[in-house]
Amino acid sequence: MQGLLHQVFSGLATGGIYASVALALVMIYRATHLVNFAQGELAMFSTYIAWSLIQAGLPYWVAFVLTVAIAFLLGGAIQYVVLRPLRSASVLSLVAVFIGLLVIFNSLAGWIFTYTIKTFPSPFPKDPPFGQYYFSAHEFGAFGVTLVVLGLLYGFFRFTPVGLAMRAAAENPQSSRLVGIRVDRMLALGWGLAAAIGAVAGMMVAPIVYLDPSMMSGILLYAFAAALLGGIDSPGGAVLGGFIIGVLENLLGAYVIGTELKLSVALAVIIGVLVVRPTGLFGQVHVTRV
Amino acid sequence: MSIVRFAVCASAAAVLAIVVPGAQAQKKYDPGASDTEIKIGQTMPYSGPASAYGTIGRAEAAYFKKVNEEGGINGRKINFISVDDAYTPPKTVEMARRLVEQDEVLFLFQSLGTPSNSAIQKYMNAKKVPQLFVATGASKWNDPKNYPWTMGWQPNYETEARIYAQHILKTMPNAKIGVLYQNDDYGKDYLKGFKDGLGSKANLIVAEVSYEVSDPTVDSQIVQLQSSGANVFFNITTPKFAAQAIRKAYDIGWKPVQYLNNVSVSIASVLTPAGLEKSVGLISTAYLKDPNDEQWQNDPAIKEWREFMKKYYPDGSLADVNNVYGYTVAQSLVQVLKQCGDNLTRENVMKQAASLKNLELPLSLPGVKINTGPTDFAPIESVQLEKFDGTRWVRFGEVLTRTD
Amino acid sequence: MSAPILMPAATGQESAASVARWVGVACVVLLCVLPFVSSNYRVFQFTLVIVYAIALLGLNILTGYNGQISLGHGAFYAIGAYVAAILMDRFGVPYWLTIPAAGLVCLVAGFLFGLPALRLEGVYLALATFALAVALPQLLKYKHLEHWTGGVQGIVIIKPDAPFGIPLNPDRWLYFFALAVGGIMFLLGRNLLNGRVGRALVAIRDHPIAASAMGINTPLYKSLAFGVSALFTGVAGALSAIAVQFVAPDSFGPFLSISLLVGMVVGGVATISGAIYGALFVQFVPNAADQISKAAPWAVYGLFLIGVIYLVPSGISGAIRSGWVRIARFRQSRARPLGG
Repeated sequence: MQGLLHQVFSGLATGGIYASVALALVMIYRATHLVNFAQGELAMFSTYIAWSLIQAGLPYWVAFVLTVAIAFLLGGAIQYVVLRPLRSASVLSLVAVFIGLLVIFNSLAGWIFTYTIKTFPSPFPKDPPFGQYYFSAHEFGAFGVTLVVLGLLYGFFRFTPVGLAMRAAAENPQSSRLVGIRVDRMLALGWGLAAAIGAVAGMMVAPIVYLDPSMMSGILLYAFAAALLGGIDSPGGAVLGGFIIGVLENLLGAYVIGTELKLSVALAVIIGVLVVRPTGLFGQVHVTRV
Repeated sequence: MSIVRFAVCASAAAVLAIVVPGAQAQKKYDPGASDTEIKIGQTMPYSGPASAYGTIGRAEAAYFKKVNEEGGINGRKINFISVDDAYTPPKTVEMARRLVEQDEVLFLFQSLGTPSNSAIQKYMNAKKVPQLFVATGASKWNDPKNYPWTMGWQPNYETEARIYAQHILKTMPNAKIGVLYQNDDYGKDYLKGFKDGLGSKANLIVAEVSYEVSDPTVDSQIVQLQSSGANVFFNITTPKFAAQAIRKAYDIGWKPVQYLNNVSVSIASVLTPAGLEKSVGLISTAYLKDPNDEQWQNDPAIKEWREFMKKYYPDGSLADVNNVYGYTVAQSLVQVLKQCGDNLTRENVMKQAASLKNLELPLSLPGVKINTGPTDFAPIESVQLEKFDGTRWVRFGEVLTRTD
Repeated sequence: MSAPILMPAATGQESAASVARWVGVACVVLLCVLPFVSSNYRVFQFTLVIVYAIALLGLNILTGYNGQISLGHGAFYAIGAYVAAILMDRFGVPYWLTIPAAGLVCLVAGFLFGLPALRLEGVYLALATFALAVALPQLLKYKHLEHWTGGVQGIVIIKPDAPFGIPLNPDRWLYFFALAVGGIMFLLGRNLLNGRVGRALVAIRDHPIAASAMGINTPLYKSLAFGVSALFTGVAGALSAIAVQFVAPDSFGPFLSISLLVGMVVGGVATISGAIYGALFVQFVPNAADQISKAAPWAVYGLFLIGVIYLVPSGISGAIRSGWVRIARFRQSRARPLGG
């Protein structure tokens, strides 16, 4: 019984990792109606930037804020330099471009920082709270940060004019332009915010899984699944999806099918859920006029 | 008069005709070798899931550069062509074919990866090109009868696992063993060797749990192992996952007797990230000196290695044991080539590689010697058990050499 | 003699058609002569290009023509390869028989996967197919299937010799064999895509509601598209197993699926010739990138890729076609003064 509880808690901790990256995916989707496959590698690269700043002697929170800012600018720059000229390209071409970005960032990180794993510091205390050992203090803290980001994201899209403008720009660029919304600027802003969220996710994840260029490749698939499970346009859904996937993965691996078939079962579960609810648990069903 | 002159010239010509080709006959070359260079090929995963091992190829390239700058081997420079195969066997096949058929290298050296080498083994043996000192610990490379052109180098995983098994049987005959292994050839090879070493007592294993390289963490697996009630833990993981496993086990209060595989024995790349205080008591084996182990601080060989890294491979990490590994294998190759002298045929390269006797290299642990023979294609078969005390690996027992 | 003045435009079209025919003949001749003027290593590479071209044609049927994004075609490639390897190694089936067998197995597998995929669209389908690509290697390593699949050690295959004592070395024979299979597959593909089925697929892609309103059985066509697409890719996988002589789970990771998608886009979506250009890209650009930069070859590859998309967003075949159009227009404008 204790083992079961432990697996559930461990799953929640891993789920928190997926949730934080899933938020970045939701952000980019709401801003652009595209899923950026390079989001994970961008986040990883941003974390390396943070690592370099900390190695250079900057205190943690200074490096944190600086990295978020740099990631924001990097994301916006990518949209401006790489994607804006490809505005009229097909979805498939854009997917190919994202893949190009993915390999570029992965390769650059390996070249500049080598492939040996690096420890990334945690801003949270070392000892687990309440004397228990299911969650480390960092895992608690990271979860808290994820909730804060979730709250900010939700508030941004729901209550701010800029958020509304961004949603409009993604939904219907032509009409938005007619209303006076600077669509290109919204897209760049969306990319910047997504990159910033990704950087936060990376910095929360790295102390748990260690920093190396392949840090995000495993996580991205699960984060992707989490976002879709919860509904690709729902931040709350993405977070919930992350936790569900984390716990499910652990329980399936430990009790049902063994770790040797975990991925196949995860695949079956994902397809199963999506067949029943194609837009995810909390996603909005889009009704299109014929 | 002219007859005499004719006779003298004729006999001189005859003598020259016999002597000169005889002198030339001392130098024998296969494609890739000449008076001025020895061309060596290699496939290495510089990209993809195993790219952490790419540093081995770079360390070896740096070492050959040093050898060339110091005059080469018997006056010949080493032309080292190392290409990326992204750890995907089809790419390895393509690159191996390129190196052998297009670049015409003399032999392949230290290609990395069990599936990669499995993919080209038949080809290399059919083409009679040496597949020398392959960079994998799988046990299948010591098979001179069926694959006379393929030779391993490092102590294989099976040997190491058996040593752990025997140690457990000796010290904790009623142990409950939990195993964590990477779900690929490397992990499964260790697992098989471990079970073979336990023999009839293989049922001491109460839990065996796997993970994929694509998994973000192994936390769930560690929790599972703890729940199984195991009090001995055989940890078959690569560095990143080893660090995660060691740390998680400590954090959840699970304190088994832990055996860590040699692949992840590095203090700087594994134990420090995991936490030195969390790694106390770990048992492993070694055959090379760890550059971050205090006991070798003033060792002249380590100092020389550090100089080499600074000069020839400044980008390389001084914390990475892979760079010690690459340096040492390269040294053993240089020895083989020196022994070849001017007879640089592929056949002779294999013959010399199979004639290494008690070769002791500066960065291998004292007592670890390289020995090969016509039926022994496993150069290093000696390891020593060691235990981590919080700052250094303390060797215990004697150097164990596999004799079967 | 007087014809050019009466119908300059028609003559322009006729001469364009005959030029195309001569180019086609030249290509066929080139393809047949190639293995005799290249080293065995290059012949091996060209064989792989043919293999990728067949795989990309398969992917194009599903994603290009029918609009169903698949990030998991590496899985069908792997299934095809393993079917061939298992049949050859465990059952002694002759190599040429494994090709249709692999195609058949993948047809069924693709169709079965296409059924739940009917409910999924766009991003969701991409994820489901990507999950398939990620899960398959683990399945191949599964210990209870090890007896068939060889587990992590994989299966080694012997390359077939040319039959009937034809004096071709195995590499060259395999090249021609692959060429023949490729030719058949391309003919099949072309007949499929240029006919009614192709139009139905495109209609489903562009206007699904209108298509079903017009009486096209959308679910059937979509599942069939999955199946046929998997068939093509499975045939390619089987050929690749014979060419490389080795299959292992590590040969078929997620990046294979990604490479196939990239190849299709670079070559030209919804075109048949695009498969060939894409195959050349997939086979040779990573090697070229490795030559350019040893330190970060995939960064070079990524830049290449983005550059190609930037310069020719509709793919290489799209660029070639617009090039032809431009040439045709130029010739027409030159011919016009005659006709008035």
